[in-house]
Amino acid sequence: MHARPIEPGLFRIGDPEAEAPDIALIGGWSPASGLAHFPLLDTCPYTGVADVEERELSTRGTLWGWTAVTAPPPGYRGQVPYGFGIVELPEGLRVLGRITESDPSRLSFGQPMHLVADALFTDGDSGETVITWAFAPDTETAS
Amino acid sequence: MSAGSAGSAGSAVEIAGVGLHPFGRFDGKSVTRMGVEAVRGALGDAGLDGGSPSHPPFQAAFCATAYGGVAAGHKVLGALALTGMPIVDIEAGCASGGAAIQLAAGAIAAGQFDCVLVFGIEKMPKGIIRSSFFEPWREEAGLAATPSYFALRAQRLMRERGVTKADLAEVVVKNRRHGVHNPNAMFRKEVSADEVLASRVVCEPLHLWMLCSPNEGAAAVVLRAARPNGNGASVHRPTVTLRSAALRSHLPGSVLGEATPMSGIDDSAIPPPSRLAADTAYETAGLGPDDVDVVECQDTDAARELISYEELRLCAPGEQARLVGDGSASLGGRRPVNPSGGLLSKGEPLGASALAQVVELVEQLRGTAGARQVANAKVGLAHTVGRGANACVMIVSR
Repeated sequence: MHARPIEPGLFRIGDPEAEAPDIALIGGWSPASGLAHFPLLDTCPYTGVADVEERELSTRGTLWGWTAVTAPPPGYRGQVPYGFGIVELPEGLRVLGRITESDPSRLSFGQPMHLVADALFTDGDSGETVITWAFAPDTETAS
Repeated sequence: MSAGSAGSAGSAVEIAGVGLHPFGRFDGKSVTRMGVEAVRGALGDAGLDGGSPSHPPFQAAFCATAYGGVAAGHKVLGALALTGMPIVDIEAGCASGGAAIQLAAGAIAAGQFDCVLVFGIEKMPKGIIRSSFFEPWREEAGLAATPSYFALRAQRLMRERGVTKADLAEVVVKNRRHGVHNPNAMFRKEVSADEVLASRVVCEPLHLWMLCSPNEGAAAVVLRAARPNGNGASVHRPTVTLRSAALRSHLPGSVLGEATPMSGIDDSAIPPPSRLAADTAYETAGLGPDDVDVVECQDTDAARELISYEELRLCAPGEQARLVGDGSASLGGRRPVNPSGGLLSKGEPLGASALAQVVELVEQLRGTAGARQVANAKVGLAHTVGRGANACVMIVSR
């Protein structure tokens, strides 16, 4: 019934129980370097300058790399197979994440992707649905 | 040599003895026992057996291990009644053994010690390597699976360097062919490219046989200040000198680097840690890639070996598949890579793997590698890279 993010501070989510919740990754941006990063740190990871401003990252980008994981790795709580890859955002940032498409042959370099909320597993203790972020191919939604 | 960074000239460091416990699965045998056998072998090879607590044959010991637990090195040397000197465990991921050699060689070059024992021991859990490196949420979300990172690197290598899946299979065929002749390897059977490509897909484009197996084993190396009048060994053999041992960590920014961050930027101008370590090692040794006769490099997966070729300056960008395809990197070729069979044949016990590379190179330079012998090998290079990120490049010569 209830839902919670897998870890606080990684993303902002509107109503996690909505059909298609409003979601955005919380990153950082350094005015000195002009570079973005994720997750949010207090120090620019490329230059060491402690001038980071919190920024919501673009929710759209293009596919830079992908695969599918076919056997459950240690500690994993979701289903297999699952897609795993990297999306390049307009701010020049390459972000890792789950990919909603788990058949690698159905994806291609540079294809448009967007951010979605991904229900990963149900917490056995609290009964909560645990939410993480994922990237979905734009063609998957008829928007 | 000088330790790590170029510049200061100190005592030359020789590799006085090497020892190895085979790599594989040894149910019921403790990691301490494996370490004892490797250390005994190295001390015997160096002509230093018969030491005692009152007369230890070395003044310090470094033990490389990632999963060995607290004071793992003390347990091994305690079982040999060789304690009293400083004993320090070293962890630097896949480069742990290289890190231990770098510290030992630096201490000898600086005159702190005359003789240092370096050994590596490991008994890895079966299956995908699990690491406390990752936060639990990242494991739960499936964002901490090592083969999936290897797969993304392989995919980018294929896209940017014209490598094909068939080329990846040929790396496995080569290393497994070499491993047939290594009595200390886990897998000693030749495989065909078709068989490799018929093994199950773990993470596209990587099939199961393109990935090395985490396993168990131990290796040991005795380092000491070079003797002006020969190595004092009871049998005549070439003295093998450690010309450089360079350990480097990553520079930030690469999303696919071994530091495995959650994000990154355009990294086309960011040198990877293996390149940093290689350049430092070449400079310190006063040698270049063309001087190297034999290479042992990190082949955690088939793509990793090809990525290493370019990072180590063994080929120009885009030429890595040719080195395998035309036989240059095979035994009998111009510059054989992984004559031991590599991790793809031996398996990977983290703390021992870099030291086993040194054992292989010492045998090659002594001319005692049997069916794996690289003709007239004078200069060898060993490379490891992994978690941290840590990368180590060592150059040895005779």
